[in-house]
Amino acid sequence: MRSERNRSPLGLKIAAAAGLAFMHVPILLIFLYAFTTEEKSYQFPPPGLTTQWFAVAWNRPDVWAALTLSVKVASIATAVALVLGTLCAAAVSQTRFFGRETISLLVILPIALPGIITGIALRSAFSMAEIPFSFWTIVLGHATFCIVVVYNNAVARFRRISGSLIEASMDLGADGFQTFRYIILPNIGTALLAGGMLAFALSFDEVIVTTFTAGQQSTLPIWMLEELIRPRQRPVTNVVAMIVVLVTFLPILGAYYLTRDGDQIAGAGK
Amino acid sequence: MSTAVLFDNVSRHFGAVRAVDGVNLEIAEGEFFAMLGPSGSGKTTCLRLMAGFEQPTGGHIEIFGETAEGVPPYRRSVNTVFQDYALFPHLSILDNVAYGLMVKGVGREERRKAAEDALAMVKLPNYGSRRPGQLSGGQRQRVALARALVNKPKVLLLDEPLGALDLKLREQMQEELKTLQKSLGITFVFVTHDQGEALSMADRIAVFNDGRIQQLGSPEEVYKQPKTRFVADFVGSSNVLPAKLCQKLGVRSAYASLRPEAIALSAPGEGALSLNGTVSAHSFLGAVNRVVVDVDGARIAVASPAALAVPKVGSPVTISFAAHELHPMEDA
Amino acid sequence: MTAVTENIVLPDRRGPAGRLSDFFWKHPHVLLTVLLAPPLLWLGVVYVGSLFALLLQSFFSIDDFSGLINYEFTFATYRQLLSETNLDIILRTVSMAAIVTIASALIAFPIAYYAARYAQGKWKVLFYLGVMLPLWSSYLVKIYAWKLILAKEGIVTWFLGKLHLQWLLDAWLSLPVVGGNSLSVSYTGTFIVFVYVWLPFMILPIQAALERVPGNLIEASSDLGGTPAQTFRHVLFPLALPGIVAGSIFTFSLTLGDYIIPQIIGSSRLFIGQAVYAQQGTAGNIPLAAAFTVVPIVIMGAYLFVAKRMGAFDAL
Repeated sequence: MRSERNRSPLGLKIAAAAGLAFMHVPILLIFLYAFTTEEKSYQFPPPGLTTQWFAVAWNRPDVWAALTLSVKVASIATAVALVLGTLCAAAVSQTRFFGRETISLLVILPIALPGIITGIALRSAFSMAEIPFSFWTIVLGHATFCIVVVYNNAVARFRRISGSLIEASMDLGADGFQTFRYIILPNIGTALLAGGMLAFALSFDEVIVTTFTAGQQSTLPIWMLEELIRPRQRPVTNVVAMIVVLVTFLPILGAYYLTRDGDQIAGAGK
Repeated sequence: MSTAVLFDNVSRHFGAVRAVDGVNLEIAEGEFFAMLGPSGSGKTTCLRLMAGFEQPTGGHIEIFGETAEGVPPYRRSVNTVFQDYALFPHLSILDNVAYGLMVKGVGREERRKAAEDALAMVKLPNYGSRRPGQLSGGQRQRVALARALVNKPKVLLLDEPLGALDLKLREQMQEELKTLQKSLGITFVFVTHDQGEALSMADRIAVFNDGRIQQLGSPEEVYKQPKTRFVADFVGSSNVLPAKLCQKLGVRSAYASLRPEAIALSAPGEGALSLNGTVSAHSFLGAVNRVVVDVDGARIAVASPAALAVPKVGSPVTISFAAHELHPMEDA
Repeated sequence: MTAVTENIVLPDRRGPAGRLSDFFWKHPHVLLTVLLAPPLLWLGVVYVGSLFALLLQSFFSIDDFSGLINYEFTFATYRQLLSETNLDIILRTVSMAAIVTIASALIAFPIAYYAARYAQGKWKVLFYLGVMLPLWSSYLVKIYAWKLILAKEGIVTWFLGKLHLQWLLDAWLSLPVVGGNSLSVSYTGTFIVFVYVWLPFMILPIQAALERVPGNLIEASSDLGGTPAQTFRHVLFPLALPGIVAGSIFTFSLTLGDYIIPQIIGSSRLFIGQAVYAQQGTAGNIPLAAAFTVVPIVIMGAYLFVAKRMGAFDAL
């Protein structure tokens, strides 16, 4: 029934194409605006095109500071999430125990609840414990909601490792640590890498929780948010927006290629 | 000859489920031992108890005289061929086979040599560089066998090893396994639900049902003299004669078994027993006709050589058999 | 072949690691505890603890004169939550969430259906990435893009001007409630951006649900004489419904909690998220902010309960 499957109604084709266009045109516009000569407004069509704003943005220390902070936060939050998410996934999939549903719920909670709730809850917890806002409070906030991405990827892959592989390894004389090193790790490696990339992208982009857990420091999204509320130099914002789009595409494409045969990347977990 | 595996009143209960319930068995060194039964009968759990994947909740297990409880699978000189083969997908065939030696710290050259020898033994030389995904089912099965045997186990456990293969390949592997076992002299314990496989390969068979051993004996004993009604039904398809008919024939026990091929559709000869009934169904099975005869409400199957004429459904017949073919059974 | 001992029980060759492995093998619960302790300490104790602490605050009240929190159990804050202004905010947010959800489902369905049933090979990948990339691109950049589009001097005005339809936009903007000075400061703008930003969250679960509908089911329906419309109504839609419900969990929950979109593109009237932000920040009324956060939690709790009964979680 292949021929039947390939014939799609014209109306459906148009609706699907229009929907995809709706999702992509705005992002493409960002690319156009990065080259506009107009400084004061969002005029369309741009009166002229220039590359001078790339140079201006390059020389802005505040952009660099925000970018560096974001990369640092995302790297450490990803590392923490990788450890905690893998531990959770290993525990949930390798052993049956009372309460594993609860663990899954607990891991998903920080992303299922609106970010503002997680943000305020952490903020009041930090102030109750008299922990001053710092780089580390941002990292802790990010790690909390990044765990789920790593967890989802790792659990999906753990499920694909049949139980008999681990038994086979033990049967052939490998103890628990050897089985982890020679059998489990090689089989979940790409899933962890994919989960880590997605966690990085998630953290790199996060703004809502960050507004509550950051002190005076601004990550790149916080910088963007301030530019959105009180624009200072619009063309620089345009350029930064375009670069952010490009930077976040890379881990997504990478994660896709790492996990395409078999499990889907846990996109709905964002 | 010493005892390879000893089960002394072994039980494995999962909550209220009695997967294995008070099993006693003794497998001799060098024996080809089959555990036969339907799924859920406890045979696989027994195998896992030997491998160390499960621990008994009661009783005692010994392997070559050493206590097995509390010994992890990776410390037992016992290896398993898994039902799904469980080849490591990320390793080459050679690395799969050499895995057991690698984790035991055998040097690279030595384990490569040993793995190549093992692959040659299962007739897969020069396959070392391939991946498990590139092999057929039958080839994977051989690799799984080589991977276990390279460790020179004292006992080799096989969990439905031929279940996933097609008929022709299965028959060929049955022969090969048998030959391999005889030449290596290793104790083989294999689990199957296929009675034909168990009968043709094993030295001795344990028939399992509901977590217990129903009968333990040579293939011939199990086939010809089923001790219980379950064994009679499961191994081949013996007729079970109910109490009423047993009484009529002068048998003391409540039930007796009678194999279809031991019955003739003719008047009794000297010293033979006979029963009268009517033909209720028949079907052609190639070498024989299967004729079902209704004797006082009991349906008795007869395997009649195809060369003989088949009586019409509904016609009266006399069936006869030698007295020694009638085997009294312990219980229902 | 060496390394083969005469004993059945092989000796330990790995020293401490081997002994530790034996210990874990004999006591799997200890291993489980070791694995779960770090994540549970963080998520279960610190995170859930701070959530409860936050909810607890909603049962305190703020002293009107000193502005300090009065640590006595009271329902006063909830009474305040149910005042007319605040009820207005809640109603506004919930209705926005509802229409955003409906609009997302309408736009998402054809994309998901096409991707699940017709797209094959290269096109399948293209559709998949076509949904994943917008999903994962920067949230703020997406909002920013709409600020460019909806601005008075932006592309929408230009495009409608080219088509000589400027009057249509003006007429829409002059309407009460949905209108405003320009699209970027109207509810219409807020609505469009919400739909845009959450759309991928709706497409993925619907697609997942539709992928699970065997193609021959649809052929069976048309074989039995069903028109395409009947097939859709009686076969396809009921089977896709769990996916739609799963997607609506995201669109609903995300709209309820968001405070950045209405702040950047929208009128000055508040949504729940903005109210929470304002109460905990400038107003310094943590108890009321906490009480406000209870609203989305309660709504989503009820929503999830119903969704679970409809089997929506299988489509996640």
